[in-house]
Amino acid sequence: MNKNNSKMLTADEASKIVASSVIRRRKKDARLKTYGRIAIGLAVSFLIFLFVSIFSKGIPGFFQYYVTLDVYLDRDRLDPKGDLSPESLYNGDARSIVLESLYKVINPKGRKEKKAAKKIISSNADVRISKMVLDNSKILGKTISITFAVDDDIDSFLRGYIKRETPSSERRINDTVIKFVDKLSAENRISYKFSDYILTGSASRSPEIAGIKGAFIGSMLTLAVCFIIAFPLGVATAVYLEEFAPKNRITEIIEVNINNLAAVPSVVFGILGLAIFIGVFGMPRSIPLLGGMVLALMTLPTIIISSRAAIRAVPPSIKDAAYGIGASKLQTIFHHVLPLAMPGMLTGTIIGMAQALGETAPLLMIGMVAFIVDIPGGVTDPGTVLPVQIFMWADFAERMFIQKTSSAIIVLLVFLIFMNAAAVILRKKLERRW
Amino acid sequence: MNEYTLLILLLLISLLWFYFGNKTALSLKNKQLKLNSLPHYYGIYVALYSIIPSLFSYLLILVFDGILFSNLIMEFVPKEILNSPDFNKIIVLAQIDNAVRGIYFGEQPDWVTIASNQMIEWNNQSLILNFFCSISLALGIGYLGFKNIHQEFRSRNSVEKIIISLLGLSSIIAILTTIGIVFSVIFESLRFFAIIPASEFLFGLTWNPQFEGAERAGSGQEGLASYGSVPLFVGTFLISLIALCVSVPIGLFSAVYLSEYANKKERSIFKPLLEILAGIPTVVYGFFAALTVAPLMRNGGSLIGLDVASESALAAGFVMGIMIIPFISSLSDDVINAVPQSLRDAGYGLGSTKNEVITNVIIPAALPGIIASIILAVSRAIGETMIVVMAAGLAANLSFNPLDAVTTVTAQIVTILVGDQEFESAKTLSAFALALTLIVITLILNFYALHVVKKYREQYE
Repeated sequence: MNKNNSKMLTADEASKIVASSVIRRRKKDARLKTYGRIAIGLAVSFLIFLFVSIFSKGIPGFFQYYVTLDVYLDRDRLDPKGDLSPESLYNGDARSIVLESLYKVINPKGRKEKKAAKKIISSNADVRISKMVLDNSKILGKTISITFAVDDDIDSFLRGYIKRETPSSERRINDTVIKFVDKLSAENRISYKFSDYILTGSASRSPEIAGIKGAFIGSMLTLAVCFIIAFPLGVATAVYLEEFAPKNRITEIIEVNINNLAAVPSVVFGILGLAIFIGVFGMPRSIPLLGGMVLALMTLPTIIISSRAAIRAVPPSIKDAAYGIGASKLQTIFHHVLPLAMPGMLTGTIIGMAQALGETAPLLMIGMVAFIVDIPGGVTDPGTVLPVQIFMWADFAERMFIQKTSSAIIVLLVFLIFMNAAAVILRKKLERRW
Repeated sequence: MNEYTLLILLLLISLLWFYFGNKTALSLKNKQLKLNSLPHYYGIYVALYSIIPSLFSYLLILVFDGILFSNLIMEFVPKEILNSPDFNKIIVLAQIDNAVRGIYFGEQPDWVTIASNQMIEWNNQSLILNFFCSISLALGIGYLGFKNIHQEFRSRNSVEKIIISLLGLSSIIAILTTIGIVFSVIFESLRFFAIIPASEFLFGLTWNPQFEGAERAGSGQEGLASYGSVPLFVGTFLISLIALCVSVPIGLFSAVYLSEYANKKERSIFKPLLEILAGIPTVVYGFFAALTVAPLMRNGGSLIGLDVASESALAAGFVMGIMIIPFISSLSDDVINAVPQSLRDAGYGLGSTKNEVITNVIIPAALPGIIASIILAVSRAIGETMIVVMAAGLAANLSFNPLDAVTTVTAQIVTILVGDQEFESAKTLSAFALALTLIVITLILNFYALHVVKKYREQYE
C-alpha cells in the first residue's frame, strides 16, 4: 500500500498511480499465462515423446526379416516312423533338411563356413516345417519354397543396428555370415514382412520367435477373474453402504477402510497375495486365478467409490415414485436405482479394470514372472500377463527384444485406449441429465 | 468329474429348486388363492436356500483340504530330509505337487512317489466328500426351504432379508482385506524384528541383505548382511523429491491455466490429454525411463562433463514426475474450480488483473486442496514400484546426489520377494518390515491429506 495513506488522493492522482502500474501488471498477467502454456506444452510434449519413442521402436517390432528357401521335404528323413505323429516328426531331421537347402544357395566351404551359415536361420525353423507337415501331409516328398525367420542377430544386422563398419571382433556376427547374408539378399531371398510370431507366438528366449499370445491370454483370464470377483462385490458393497448401512461406528470404519485401501501401494497387495493366498491357503503360484483375486482386491475400492457416486447421483424423486406405487426398498433399488446408476458403475469398473490390466508389481510377487512357454488353457494353469511379459523382455539383453517389448507395449496401450474410450462413450451415451 | 462339474451341478440344482418353487407358487395362485408375494419370489427363496449352504461347504472343503493335506503329507517325508538344515516345506510340497500333476524329470525318490500317490488318493476322497456334502446340502436344505412354501408365507421379505445380509457380507470383504494386509505384514515383521533389532533397521546406514545360505556357505559373505533401511528411505525420498520438482510446477501451472485462462475448447482438449498420462501402465514408464530417458541423460551428462550413472535417480525421478503430473493437475484443477465465483468477482471488481486474482485470492483459498493433492502425489510416488525397479537400480547407496544410482523401499521389496525365497531368513522377512513402514507412511500421508481437504471443505459450505 501507499506510504501516504493518511492523505486522501484525488481521483486524478489515483488514476495516475494506477496508469503507471497497469502496464507492469498486465505484463505480469501475461507472464503467468505463458507459464501455464509452457507447463501444458511440456506435459503434452512428454506425452508425445513417450508415444513417439515407444511407437518408433514398436512398429518395426511387428515386422521381421525372413529368408525364403526351396526345401525338399524328404519323407523318410522328416518322418522316420512314417506315422505322421508329432513324436515321429520331432525325432525327424527337419533341422538339417533346412540347413541343406540353405547350403545349396550359399555354398559354404569347410566346417567354419558351415558353422557360420547355421547362424543365419532361426532355431525354430524345424518346428515350422513339422507344423506345416502336420497341417498338410501332402507336401511331403515335394520341393516347396518356405520362408523362415532369420536369427535375431541377422535381423539386427539387416535393420542396421549391427554395422558392417564395426571391426569383426566387436560384432556379434562375423564377416562370413555377412557375406552369406549379402548373397541371400542378392538372390532376393530376404524379405521384410509382418511377423508371424509377435502376435501368435508364446514366450521364448529367442527374440525372433517370441510372441505375446501366452501373456495376452493370461491377461484376459486374469482380468476375467478380476471382473467376476470385483464387479459384483463392489456393486454390492456400494449398494449396502449407500442404502442399507446403519449410521454407526462399524459403517464408519468400513468407509474409512475403503478410502485407505485405495491409497495402499500396489506392491502391498502382492504381499497380501503371497502371505495369505499362497502362504495360508496354499494356492499354487503363477495362476491367473490368484492374479485375478489379488487384482480384484486392489480394484475393489475404485469400483466401490465410483459405484457409490453413481448411486448417489440417482435423484430421490425416482425412488420416491417407486415407493409411491408400493415397491419395497430392495425392489426400488434393483428395478430403478441400479439400472439408472449402471453406466456410472460400469465406467468406474472399466477404469478399475484398465488399472488392473496395466498392473505389474503385485503380479511379480505372486510368481506370474515365471518363464512359461505353454499358453494357459484355464484360470488354474500357470501363466503370465502382458505387463509382466513386458517387464521380463525389457530385461533381456538381445537387441531385438527392445522392439518386441515396444510392440507388446503398443498392444497393451491399444487395449487400454479401447477400454478408456469405451468408458468415455458409455458415459456419454448413457448419461442422463435429471 | 472335477470341481467345475460339481459347481455346475450345484447351480443346476438350485435352478431346479427355483423352477419347483415357482411352479408351486403358481399352482397356488391358479387355485385362486391370494399369495403373499409374487410367485418368482418363492422360486428365488428356495433357490437361495439351496445354493448358499452348498456353495459355502463347497468352498470350505475346496480351500481347507489343501491346507490339511499339505500338513498331513509331511508324515511321508523322510526324517533325514525333515531334519536337514536346508529343509524347505514349500519346495517339498512343490515336488509332490509336480509329481501329482505328472511333471517330473528323471527318477523320483521313492518317498515322492508314495507321497504323491497318497496325495492323489486324498484329493479323490476329498472330491467325493465335497460332492456328497454339497449335493446333499443343496438338495436337503433346498427341500426344507421348499416345504416352507404355503399361501401365507412371506417369501419376498425372507428373500430380501437374505439379499441384504449378502450385501452386508460383501462390504466386509474390504475390512477382511485390510486385516489380511495388516496380519500378513505384522507377523512377519515381528519375526524380523526378533532377529534384527528395530533400532538397527530404522537407523542403520547400510543395506546389504544376504541369504542365510550365502552366509553359511563360506562365500566370504559371512556376517556381512546388514539391514539398515536409511539408504532405502533416502533413495525413496530423493526420487520422490525429483518427481515432485518435475510434477508440482508443471501440474500447478497447468491447473491454473486450464481453470482460469483456457477457453472451453482448450480445456476439452488438454485436460483429457493430461489424464492420459495417468492411464499409462507404470511398466511402460519404467521401460521408457530405462531405455530412452536414462541413456539420454547419461549422454547429455557426459557432454557437459557430468558422470551420470546409467541407472540414475534422476531418470527414474524425472519419469515418475511425468507420471504424477495429472494427479496434481486434476486435483488442483478441481479445488480451483471449487473456489466460489463470488471471490473472483470481488477481486475483478476491485480492478485486479487475472494474475492478481489468482495469486492473491484463488491460490490462498485453494491452498489446502492444492497441498492435499501434492501430499497424495507424494504418497503415490513413494508407493510407485515398476519405474524404480526398472530404472533406478538396486544399489543401496546412501547418497543425495541425483546422478547416482539409488534404490527405494518398493524396489527392494519386489527384488527380495520375487522368485525363490528362503522363508524364515532375515532377508525375506526384511521385505515385510519394509512393507510395514511403507504402509504406515502412505497411510499417514493419506490421512493427513484427507484431513486437510475436510478442513478446507467446511470453509465454503
